[in-house]
Amino acid sequence: MKLPEQVTRLGIVIAVIVAVVLLLRFVILPESLFSARPHQAAAAEREMAKPLRHAGVAVCRECHEEQFELKYGGKHRTIGCENCHGPAASHAADENAAKPPLPREREACLACHGYDSSRPNGFPQVDPLEHRPRKKCVTCHDPHDPVPPKAPTECTGCHGRIEHTKAMSTHALLPCASCHAVDAQHMTEPRLALPTKPDSREVCGRCHVPGATDPAASKVSVDMAAHGGTYVCWECHYAHLPEGRK
Amino acid sequence: MNKREFLKDAILFFPAAATLQALAPAAEGKAEPATTPTDYDATRHWYGMGIDVDKCIGCNRCVEACKAENNVPDEPFYFRTWIERYQIHENGETRVECISTRAGLPEQAPPEDPSVVRTFFVPKLCNQCAHPPCVQVCPVGATFQTQDGVVLVDEKRCIGCRYCIQACPYGARYLNPRTKTADKCTFCYHRITEGLLPACVEVCPTEARIFGDLKGKADRLVRFHRVNQISVLKPDLNTEPKVLYAQLDGEVR
Ligand code: HEC
Ligand code: HEC
Ligand code: HEC
Ligand code: HEC
Ligand code: HEC
Ligand code: HEC
Ligand code: HEC
Ligand code: HEC
Repeated sequence: MKLPEQVTRLGIVIAVIVAVVLLLRFVILPESLFSARPHQAAAAEREMAKPLRHAGVAVCRECHEEQFELKYGGKHRTIGCENCHGPAASHAADENAAKPPLPREREACLACHGYDSSRPNGFPQVDPLEHRPRKKCVTCHDPHDPVPPKAPTECTGCHGRIEHTKAMSTHALLPCASCHAVDAQHMTEPRLALPTKPDSREVCGRCHVPGATDPAASKVSVDMAAHGGTYVCWECHYAHLPEGRK
Repeated sequence: MNKREFLKDAILFFPAAATLQALAPAAEGKAEPATTPTDYDATRHWYGMGIDVDKCIGCNRCVEACKAENNVPDEPFYFRTWIERYQIHENGETRVECISTRAGLPEQAPPEDPSVVRTFFVPKLCNQCAHPPCVQVCPVGATFQTQDGVVLVDEKRCIGCRYCIQACPYGARYLNPRTKTADKCTFCYHRITEGLLPACVEVCPTEARIFGDLKGKADRLVRFHRVNQISVLKPDLNTEPKVLYAQLDGEVR
């Protein structure tokens, strides 16, 4: 059967229109008009191409093996070089272009080591006004391997908050050693030798039973058998501030 | 040229032009392969960060490093990451203060207050949610999640309408006064895609921040996830944060 001429032409016109529309949609007009994906891919690429400011410890090590080794064996092993020396990618790329600063002032160390009650228990902190005032920290401590020139004798350096709290309490005059047995190693390698903690009511009873013989014994005594039931005393009294937890 | 010839030429011309146009960017891309790491496969990663609250000493170095790495404005109220001081009092009152707003060094630490039962620092940043509310509200598709799970902002598309800043439950976004576009933590996308650590993690002195890949096989974050009791901020919003906190106090919002 032969199609009429006008139908064939109409067919061709429709086919051309469809082809043009498809061409426009899929070839001529950019995909970014219809979808956010190309934009997002381009944005991610731009983000990836941004310049580095911090080179990272591994790069510093390539030229500063000595400082790296020193630091790696000491207490500052977890601190990145650029924490103290500032972002140094430009120096690492061209060592003569920019010299990283040497943070020798007391303030640089005190940002981490100045006493602050919110810092975690055990983190070494000093009171800036009392700890060798006005002398640069780096004259006594090597910043890359900060061993104190002599082992600390006080507990304040790492337990400032407890020490300060106790100082305000009725237990102010009790030395820490009356309740904790501290190994000397704890003062230099604290986590490797943790002190003891009271383990029974008798530790407190030593000073709080009527007629206690301990030289530091308290005038205030309780009936050990009845007072506080079977609980250990520090479940109700905070031993470092006993009257504060009534 | 008659009508018929013109049409014939036109029909040939447009597809040819379009093909050329389509080929042009590809050719351009081949010309400079150095800048874009083409071997990076985003689908193989799912990044996250662990934060051990017990280890944060509040030194603020992460905030400074972040600002330097990412050109965040110096003024002390623009942050991609910041540190909060929590103080929980005997009477249950909780005081929160952003310590990163102070310029330079910490002023004298607050005096000892015996009514404070607990006090600690909490580092905060964009939680890189698996279901990010900011992405849902963006009217122009300028903020989006990459296949490796990082939420980014397209500076060229952003119109600065601030919807996303309002929508973020964590206050992690700000309007950059220079570009007039929304800005936020990218996990240092330019660093992590090259296998480096985000700047804040690079400088953290106590390893309170742990960066990792939740799709990784031998990965520190996976171990962190395994050994700690993990909490996330505002879990009830179902945003599914990928910033995981260990030792997080119940008072932290
Ligand atoms: C390509 C090798 C190279 C790399 C990589 C490198 N440095 Fe250096 N750096 C040097 C050289 C060489 C000097 C000595 C310059 C001099 O003594 O005049 C130097 C000096 C320094 C100084 C002392 C500046 C002074 O005033 O004495 C510091 C601090 C420093 N680098 C830190 C870094 C840090 C941090 C990194 C890692 C981001 C780093 N460097 C990476 C080569 C390098
Ligand atoms: C805790 C902060 C701190 C860290 C971490 C640190 N430095 Fe230093 N660095 C200093 C200080 C402070 C000085 C200046 C010492 C002085 O003048 O006595 C210094 C000095 C230097 C010098 C000059 C030469 C010298 O030894 O006195 C170089 C080089 C250097 N540091 C490189 C590094 C590299 C590499 C790393 C990482 C492996 C690093 N530093 C980590 C604080 C730090
Ligand atoms: C970015 C934070 C930071 C800075 C800055 C910093 N430190 Fe440290 N410091 C630490 C950390 C973390 C430790 C390890 C603490 C631990 O082992 O628990 C440490 C340990 C120490 C110790 C050992 C304390 C002990 O008895 O165990 C000394 C001493 C010390 N630092 C001195 C310095 C000096 C001096 C400076 C300045 C040059 C300095 N630190 C700068 C974070 C810092
Ligand atoms: C004159 C030398 C000297 C100077 C200067 C000095 N220290 Fe010390 N530091 C010591 C000694 C000695 C110890 C051992 C504990 C003690 O005797 O207090 C020590 C201990 C420490 C500790 C361990 C915490 C403790 O008390 O157990 C830290 C942290 C510390 N110093 C940081 C600093 C910082 C930060 C500065 C600068 C602001 C500084 N030191 C300046 C001599 C010094
Ligand atoms: C060089 C820093 C440092 C010094 C000095 C120090 N400590 Fe510690 N102490 C620590 C660290 C770190 C911990 C572990 C904290 C933690 O893991 O929460 C700790 C833990 C403790 C604990 C708890 C143990 C446990 O099982 O939870 C006691 C008790 C303690 N110290 C008592 C003392 C006493 C008493 C002194 C003084 C004689 C002292 N410490 C001096 C750093 C120190
Ligand atoms: C009257 C006895 C007593 C004295 C004195 C005392 N403690 Fe304690 N300490 C305790 C008890 C009891 C605990 C256990 C508290 C608990 O588990 O609730 C404890 C716990 C600790 C802890 C573990 C962390 C914490 O807060 O629970 C540290 C650290 C500590 N003491 C340090 C010290 C230091 C430093 C001193 C001296 C300044 C000191 N203590 C003096 C009884 C005492
Ligand atoms: C070395 C002796 C000694 C030990 C051990 C000791 N205390 Fe005390 N305690 C005292 C002294 C001294 C006072 C101050 C009151 C006074 O002047 O007698 C006191 C005061 C108190 C008070 C406050 C009494 C009041 O009237 O306000 C409480 C509560 C208390 N102690 C609880 C404890 C607990 C709990 C322990 C065990 C963790 C303990 N003490 C261990 C010596 C001791
Ligand atoms: C169940 C909680 C609880 C326990 C456990 C507990 N106490 Fe108490 N304690 C109290 C309360 C409440 C008071 C204040 C009211 C009173 O005087 O009975 C108090 C008062 C005291 C006083 C002051 C008494 C006075 O006359 O002023 C001392 C000393 C004391 N306790 C020591 C201890 C010792 C030592 C232990 C462990 C053997 C202990 N407490 C265990 C709750 C407790």
